[in-house]
Amino acid sequence: MSLLTLTLAQASKALHTGEISATALTTAYIKAIEELNPRLNAFITPTPELALAQAKAADARLQAGTATALTGIPIAMKDLFCTEGVRTTAASKILSPFVPPYESTVSAKLKAAGAVTLGKANLDEFAMGSSNITSAYGPVENPWKRAGSDAKLVPGGSSGGSAAAVAARLALAATGTDTGGSIRQPAAFTGISGIKPTYGRCSRYGIVAFASSLDQAGPMARTVEDNAMLLNVMAGFDEKDSTSANVAVPDFTRALTQGVAGKRIGIPKEYRLEGTNPEILALWDQGIAWLREAGADVVEISLPHTKYGLAVYYIVAPAEASSNLARYDGVRFGARVDGHDLIDMYERTRAAGFGPEVKRRIMIGTYVLSHGYYDAYYLKAQKVRALILRDFQQAFEQVDAILTPTAPSAAFGLGEKMDDPVTMYLNDVFTVPASLAGVPAMSVPAGLSSEGLPLGLQIIGKHFDEETVFAVSAAIETAAGFSALPELRAK
Amino acid sequence: MATYTLEGRTGTWEIVVGLEIHAQVISESKLFSGASATYGGAPNDHVSFVDAGFPGMLPVINRECVAQAVRTGLGLKAQINLESRFDRKNYFYADLPNGYQISQFQMPIVGTGIVEIELQDGTIKHIGITRLHLEQDAGKSMHDQHPAKSVIDLNRAGVALMEIVSEPDIRSPEEAGAYLRKIRQIVRYLGTCDGNMEEGSMRADVNVSVRKAGEDFRTRCEIKNVNSVRFVMHAIEAEAIRQIEVWESGGEVVQETRLYDPSKGETRSMRSKEDAHDYRYFPEPDLLPLIIEQAWVDELKSKLPELPDEKRARFCAQYSIPFYDAGVLVADQTTADFYETVAKGRDGKLASNWITGDFFAALNRTGTTIETSPVSAAALGQLLDLIADKTINGRIAKDVFEEMVDDGTMPADIVEKKGLRQVTDTGAIDQAVTKVLAENQDKVAEYKSGKDKLFGFFVGQVMKAMQGKGNPALVNEAVKKQLG
Repeated sequence: MSLLTLTLAQASKALHTGEISATALTTAYIKAIEELNPRLNAFITPTPELALAQAKAADARLQAGTATALTGIPIAMKDLFCTEGVRTTAASKILSPFVPPYESTVSAKLKAAGAVTLGKANLDEFAMGSSNITSAYGPVENPWKRAGSDAKLVPGGSSGGSAAAVAARLALAATGTDTGGSIRQPAAFTGISGIKPTYGRCSRYGIVAFASSLDQAGPMARTVEDNAMLLNVMAGFDEKDSTSANVAVPDFTRALTQGVAGKRIGIPKEYRLEGTNPEILALWDQGIAWLREAGADVVEISLPHTKYGLAVYYIVAPAEASSNLARYDGVRFGARVDGHDLIDMYERTRAAGFGPEVKRRIMIGTYVLSHGYYDAYYLKAQKVRALILRDFQQAFEQVDAILTPTAPSAAFGLGEKMDDPVTMYLNDVFTVPASLAGVPAMSVPAGLSSEGLPLGLQIIGKHFDEETVFAVSAAIETAAGFSALPELRAK
Repeated sequence: MATYTLEGRTGTWEIVVGLEIHAQVISESKLFSGASATYGGAPNDHVSFVDAGFPGMLPVINRECVAQAVRTGLGLKAQINLESRFDRKNYFYADLPNGYQISQFQMPIVGTGIVEIELQDGTIKHIGITRLHLEQDAGKSMHDQHPAKSVIDLNRAGVALMEIVSEPDIRSPEEAGAYLRKIRQIVRYLGTCDGNMEEGSMRADVNVSVRKAGEDFRTRCEIKNVNSVRFVMHAIEAEAIRQIEVWESGGEVVQETRLYDPSKGETRSMRSKEDAHDYRYFPEPDLLPLIIEQAWVDELKSKLPELPDEKRARFCAQYSIPFYDAGVLVADQTTADFYETVAKGRDGKLASNWITGDFFAALNRTGTTIETSPVSAAALGQLLDLIADKTINGRIAKDVFEEMVDDGTMPADIVEKKGLRQVTDTGAIDQAVTKVLAENQDKVAEYKSGKDKLFGFFVGQVMKAMQGKGNPALVNEAVKKQLG
């Protein structure tokens, strides 16, 4: 048995019984990273020495009987979480020299639970992208291949490094962040599971901000259960984040065996977009059938403002980003390019430090907030956002959860969809509405495309009802019995 | 009320002024971080990662700063908004770490209120308050510390400010000065801002326009960051004169931001409307709307100190002192407290006269303040007691007071040590009178032939002979009796 084939739940059990040691498990993953990361580029900064030291401490804890379910579990940390003493780049040149003197709340909770950090995972620059090609540290390669083709595929984004690392077995699990689909879409593209919890469920403290009203941390892992175990630790109120919610965190693993019998599942008719890949629609129908067979009551629902989701998202998110990224000015931290005066220094620093997609979004955001345009764009977008939230609230008066596809296609090739940014933005069409509404949503691998690439289904729940999301996701996972593995993987 | 106007070539102009006062909130820590908000410290000593705008850092509202804003709003008799909101004001500057200032743009914590000002001629006028909102201060850039570099001190960055905006109700430099002083007096009473304009903890942006009588408002200019009452008054006059010249020479005043140069006594353009920043305000997504409970507002209200206007009215009623005197005594909390300690259980008018007269004169002369004065309220009270129980007379009291100022000795000790106790023994007084009249027989003759004024001379001579210790009433009586 290879240590790399264990799920998080299995590894946790084996660590607790003493069957395996954290050091051995971590060493296996470090080797896997050494072997495959040069090809996949899933990690920007691997931290093997730190990981081994943490594994050693985990072993001591396991022996002392003070271990938690995550003690000794080797994970990848999206390089958007500030980690004390470990370089944190947000995949941007502008933060290339930045070593935070503080730790994000979520990574601190995982650390405190004894999880081992293998390194900082690659992502789209400042989490802006759906393909991981905007990283200043190079794109991540999807470990999956189209049948009979060696073309490099994207892992999705922005949490592409996290997704690729988990799929290719360079990490047992990973943290991600999701602003408009950044956990769910890469999870779907790489055949793993990932959940964007309710906005406010996990603290944003210490996460490099993209769009504050949308950003939310969440786990990415090989099974729904693994995700539940991780979220148990990552979630919780934090007084350092005013938008984190002071609500109790249940044991999410208890929800996994709830089943779906008697649960009402909504199928939003507006998600049947014209021109959607028939394979995706077929998978969706398959998901509906699985849930019916498992005893769920499946009903059609309406989310009438869905069609405005992308437009609203691409106003709100860039608006907040344009402001959030103003701090990268070369004055206090990060990269600086000197100039002949302050303005010149700003211009040179930001011109050199930000990539084209980040610049594009800063400009869009600046524009929509500008005098004379604010009402037409930002204000209107906020109003429509409220309507989208109301759509979900009304739908959840009838149903317990909503089932949709995660993405409109399977993973695409590196270099495809590059001509027009809007084509790229369409990747988020199914994931963005839940982000705008702040509701929890999970992607679960449910089948393969005709080309042999993984496809995911998305389960959306009510605010702070991740338990139902986990219950429905577990039912899909069981029914789908997804066991395909990517071509590129550590063995 | 005398109307303030300026005479131009084309006629008489009146001025229209509104003030935006930035008052730094007194609090232990900053508006959105736990870093110390106290003045001073080595550069960048009071800076948290939140203040420095580090990646992933988030603001958390400081409850005490909110309480201070509510107290100030209550002091301005203003509406307290139970729901308010923070917005981001975006602009780049080296001492603005986030690239935006967290402020309240659309929904301030305090709405409309009213402030009463008193002018020199005793006129009372009301100035409307438009709003008060909370916002962060920026840091400080210094360009003179290094030949090629600018240095930045972020100690101030993130400290809470209250911006108090007035209606354009002010019509003269005097009114502007009175308004600014009144706001300063109120925040000092409330303990919400130290009002120290020299240290920059209070400063004003002054909006000025001019118009002919009966006209609507004309274009205004904003004079930024004026840091004394005197400069505010001068800046208004200088700016009004400039605008009148522009209008009268056929030009048009353009809306712009200007700076006041006190050394030249003039304002000059800082940036025009075209160059004005587009601040791209939008709701701060890192903070929830600020919701406060009416019960909490009520609790803060119940614990507010007595404010100057109320205190002044009470002093007039309780101590039977003139309105003007009461105004002097309530100018600041310390003086008012000092007065009340002295006046309590004593003659309020006498206490007021002593404090506004000899006591203030002594402070001026010795360059001390109430806090550092050698004469305590208890000592001054004792002196009044000695007068009241006729241990000493008023004239001796003045001498005793001077000694108190010199070395802080209690008046009773001085009286005892120097034997200044008033003589009320009529035998001794009669004896002194007899002696004085005998020595001045020529004057007695003049008096008797009708020169009544000499009466005072005899009294004075008697008092002198008694080293001033004679009871004035008894001396008067004895002189009158012996002169027949």
